Amino acid sequence: MIATEHLIEITYLIATALFILSLKWLSSPVTARRGVWAGEAGMVLAIAGTLLHQGIVSYRWVAIGLVLGTIIGVPLGKVAMTAVPQRTALSHAFGALCVTLVGTAEFYLQAPNVPRFTMGVLSLEVILGALTFTGSLMAAGKLQEILRQRPITYQGQNIVNLGLLAIAIGIAAVLVMHPDRMYLFPLIIIIPLFFGVMMIIPIGGADMPTVISLLNSYAGLSAAAMGFVLGSKLLIIAGALDGASGFILSVNMSKAMNRSFTNVLFGAFGQEQRTAAGAAETRPVRSASPEEAAGILSAASKVVIVPGYGMAVAQAQHKVRELYDALTKRGIDVKFGIHPVAGRMPGHMNVLLAEADIPYDKLLEMDEINGDFPQTDVALIIGANDVTNPAARTDQNSPIFGMPILDVDKAHTVMVIKRSMGAGFAGIENPLYYMDKTLMLFGDAKNFVGSIVREIAGGHN
Amino acid sequence: MKLDLLTGLYIFMMAAFIGFEVIRRVSPLLHTPLMSLTNALDAIAVVGAIILAGEGKSTLATILGTVAIVAATSNIVGGFIITDRMLKMFKASGPRKP
Repeated sequence: MIATEHLIEITYLIATALFILSLKWLSSPVTARRGVWAGEAGMVLAIAGTLLHQGIVSYRWVAIGLVLGTIIGVPLGKVAMTAVPQRTALSHAFGALCVTLVGTAEFYLQAPNVPRFTMGVLSLEVILGALTFTGSLMAAGKLQEILRQRPITYQGQNIVNLGLLAIAIGIAAVLVMHPDRMYLFPLIIIIPLFFGVMMIIPIGGADMPTVISLLNSYAGLSAAAMGFVLGSKLLIIAGALDGASGFILSVNMSKAMNRSFTNVLFGAFGQEQRTAAGAAETRPVRSASPEEAAGILSAASKVVIVPGYGMAVAQAQHKVRELYDALTKRGIDVKFGIHPVAGRMPGHMNVLLAEADIPYDKLLEMDEINGDFPQTDVALIIGANDVTNPAARTDQNSPIFGMPILDVDKAHTVMVIKRSMGAGFAGIENPLYYMDKTLMLFGDAKNFVGSIVREIAGGHN
Repeated sequence: MKLDLLTGLYIFMMAAFIGFEVIRRVSPLLHTPLMSLTNALDAIAVVGAIILAGEGKSTLATILGTVAIVAATSNIVGGFIITDRMLKMFKASGPRKP
């Protein structure tokens, strides 16, 4: 019998190694798919090992759970690429739900004689799990536009939120001291559930990349806490890896938005945003037709395309690929400049452009591409706004002052595809649009790019 | 297989450091697949749920454990499928068919 237990531990050990290799292989697109296979192998091994567990008396519910989960999981794996941000948020919610439920069951199995250490990590597990569950559901709802994307803020929001969290932690502390007060336990689930909702209410769409990363980190940490409760090394390690990943991404995202990490942690997202709204300017802008835009693009030798969330909304990525092909065929050098927070989650633009079959070596990060703009003939901005706003470099009064941006204003000509002159999501005026070298291309991104492609193809050869 | 606090903390700390070093090297190009993959790996929490549902120590534990298995399994299956779909799309430039 001891042999079975050792066998299980060995499957866990191999699974752990495979998980680490899986993430290591993800470092480059060349080896990345091998990473997925390693992850799958580790997962199958770990689950198979667990099924050998001698404490298991009935496989009925286990089988039902696995089958149902697969039935739900397959369609979730096949969503359209544009729906990936909300799918990701939803999967954070599922992960957190699993952790919270296991923690709850574990408490009622052990109560009222829960050791202090176990009670402490168990509290951490359910608090983090519960707030991640509702927080992620809210984020998914906002991304899917079931809920309104506009941030809702009110006076003293942070105090209310932090107060809620403090009460939950306080109750958890009482439970650690007196685990027999079982009636308190539901509170450390209900209050964080409520906190998760309150935490996401003030978040606007532009802050989603940071929030999703943060929720990712919380989901990982709650799973690691569950590992402590169950005494599972495998779970501690997987949770720590996920937590580290989410943490790194959150730090990246907050740096790319020029927010301190504490600012992000304490949910002060989206608060500074109303400052400049309403200052509607009537300065003249130069606009251009698809013909003119096509002429300028055809005459260029180096073009940088800067995509943003607007490209995703308009589903313009395939038209953008046609434009890329048309220009490349003429010997024009076309690259893409990707800001870390472009879109609604880290790496969002890269996935959309890869879906449209644009080679990944043409997709350059902000730091790689910024040096190229002075030698660039045309910077074409499709559905991006704040990440190209030169006020971030020059105007100390701008709410986004200090945020690293793509230096598109250094290109010889700037073209901006935009629906109208309305301010961007953050409601911040963009002086880029009023520069002499800037041409505004008003219209739907997909249609406009399509018209440019037709002009280039139909025009003089 | 009870785990004492200190051993657990050592394991957590080492894993976190390995995580930082490994994940720092992941190209920003792949940050979306990174998130869906870590999400799938994180759903290894299913092992805890399986034991809970399988041991059947109480009705509550069986119910919660089963729901937890459903949630985690959907993350495992969905997470691996979508990660692979995304990674398949990333191609380097090379000779392309006309």
